[in-house]
Amino acid sequence: MVEGRRAFVYTAAHDSGPAKPSVVFVHGAGLDHSWFGLQSRYFGYHGRNVLAVDLPGHGRSEGPPLESVGRIADWIVALLDAANIARASLVGHSLGALVALECAARYPERVERIALLGVAFPMKVSDAFLEAARTNEQAAYDMDTIWGHAPRVPLGGNPNPGMWMYGDTLARLARLAPGVLYTSLKACNDYAAGLESAAKVKCRALILIGRRDMMTSPKSADALATAIAGGQAVHIACSGHSLMAEAPDAVLDALIDFLG
Amino acid sequence: MAGPKYPGFDTLALHAGHSPDAATGARAVPIYATTSYVFRDTEHAASLFNMERAGHVYSRISNPTVAVLEERVAALEGGVGAIATASGQAALHLAIATLLDAGHHVVASNSLYGGSHNLLGYTLKRFGIDTTFVSPREPRNFERAIRDNTRLVFGETLGNPGLDVLDIPAVAGIAHGAGLPLLVDSTFTTPWLMKPFELGADLLYHSATKFLGGHGVAIGGVLVDSGRFDWEKSGKFPQLTAPYEGFHDMDFEEESGTRAFLLRARREGLRDFGACMAPMTAFQILQGIETLHLRMPRHVESTRKVVNFLAAHSMVESVGYPELASHPDHALARRLLPRGAGAVFSFNMKGGRPAGRAFIESLRVFSHLANVGDAKSLVIHPASTTHYRMTDEDLEKAGITAGTVRLSIGLEAADDLVDDLDRALKAAQRVGP
Repeated sequence: MVEGRRAFVYTAAHDSGPAKPSVVFVHGAGLDHSWFGLQSRYFGYHGRNVLAVDLPGHGRSEGPPLESVGRIADWIVALLDAANIARASLVGHSLGALVALECAARYPERVERIALLGVAFPMKVSDAFLEAARTNEQAAYDMDTIWGHAPRVPLGGNPNPGMWMYGDTLARLARLAPGVLYTSLKACNDYAAGLESAAKVKCRALILIGRRDMMTSPKSADALATAIAGGQAVHIACSGHSLMAEAPDAVLDALIDFLG
Repeated sequence: MAGPKYPGFDTLALHAGHSPDAATGARAVPIYATTSYVFRDTEHAASLFNMERAGHVYSRISNPTVAVLEERVAALEGGVGAIATASGQAALHLAIATLLDAGHHVVASNSLYGGSHNLLGYTLKRFGIDTTFVSPREPRNFERAIRDNTRLVFGETLGNPGLDVLDIPAVAGIAHGAGLPLLVDSTFTTPWLMKPFELGADLLYHSATKFLGGHGVAIGGVLVDSGRFDWEKSGKFPQLTAPYEGFHDMDFEEESGTRAFLLRARREGLRDFGACMAPMTAFQILQGIETLHLRMPRHVESTRKVVNFLAAHSMVESVGYPELASHPDHALARRLLPRGAGAVFSFNMKGGRPAGRAFIESLRVFSHLANVGDAKSLVIHPASTTHYRMTDEDLEKAGITAGTVRLSIGLEAADDLVDDLDRALKAAQRVGP
């Protein structure tokens, strides 16, 4: 239970222990913990406490979805409290990346390092996308799926044998309760504290950038990396916004290098 | 920002699942004839085995050529992914063995391919899985047959051999109301004629031997998951939602969400039952899929010409093709199969067995054999071949008589096919009843 509501975290089948360093994985709008499946499993089996969360209203966690990046950042810290974890590294994707950034700014004593994947500031969502999410969710799911991957994805191979990335994303989005995607996208769109928060970050930060990202521009991600004192940008040439699915090994290798 | 657009069916049929080979630049899908894959180091090996990294370990579990086929079919069907198998029957078995244990029950259409009827009606019984067969013509029949231990509802998009059209939206609604997935055999329709997931089916498979491959050169199957069935919410599938001792206590649904079914089917089903597809087979089927969107319209167009010819012939008692107003599922076919009702159908000849024999043996262009969905036109007599194990009563339930002849219309000139049938029917007429 976090803030009085049922919350789910994936732990890679390992119990949490005080002697192990902790990593929290925070997914993006409309997704769930399994978006970090391979990467979170790796760290769970390599000596880390893993908490891959389902944000409120997503996956197995009780709703409603939280309406701002700041509120989700507070929720993450409430989750750490509930799990008796004093300090953790945060790995966030898209909305989850903004949450990790905000956590590091608000709670420097609780955050060891942050890895921001598929991030940009500002993370503006187009009016058409937001409006579709508000009124016509299937159209929004289509936009999320197509813009959420590199252009080559539908015509290329998936590193995960036998899987169709577009189909997987659409199936995940189809499980969302009405309004969840809109609320989460709006939280991205409304987040205004990015540069201010970036200036407050005292920990090391990795910014993982897909060079073919159509949702969060690589240029904007580079600028954010520069705004964080300990920021280090790593580009993944072939990937779009869905880095963990499109380039799972490159993401894992970068995280292993960064988190140690 | 311009609105997003998915690639069209034709483009996916040619490209999905494959980029030009990174090592050689080969444009065609390379045939990776290898059993296994070199690990970079011991850590890499451990990560692959423990599913911390994506990749190939051993070709019974996955192979790069086979993976292209799997991804391509999943793309054409709108699924989350697919598993290619040694045959269509292996795909059906893999689906059932992944979801059902001894003591469980299937509700199936009684209008099935004979091999599927054998598997469900006889073979799986030996392993403690029972099946109730129902007429698909009335969807409520499925509902009436569901028991507490039912775990799967199953039918063919176009029933074999009477071409009963499965009312997928209605049957899916019934299955979902009972917390059960609907599996369909989509072999006769292919994704070009029907997308069962868009109609509500949860799982589907193809005998890729047929129209997907399309040239009668390779045996194979493909099992596809829509990723839409909520196994956790159903509460009836601990196989996917509880820790499994046989795979490191993995809870497949927790681990992978929408990919739970395929994860267990691959990691248990291919690992233990081993009915995988060979890379050469995958290559051959991929060659077929690259022209699926060109072949299927021609198959259907020629079928319509042949159907119209037979329907007007004095030696023909009846033609069972859903596009004919006389077919009981005519209205349903118009709704669910607007592009056509396929290229396999049956007709009943007058004149009994001697006339039937004369007919079959007089054909010159049609080949008499046990297959369908070839580029070449095929003919068979179900009562003595594909359905020979069925009792007379079961045959009658499936709409088959001693005079039933099944045709699979190929890509030859339609006029030549009509001439061939005309000649053979005249020969049958000479033999008489």
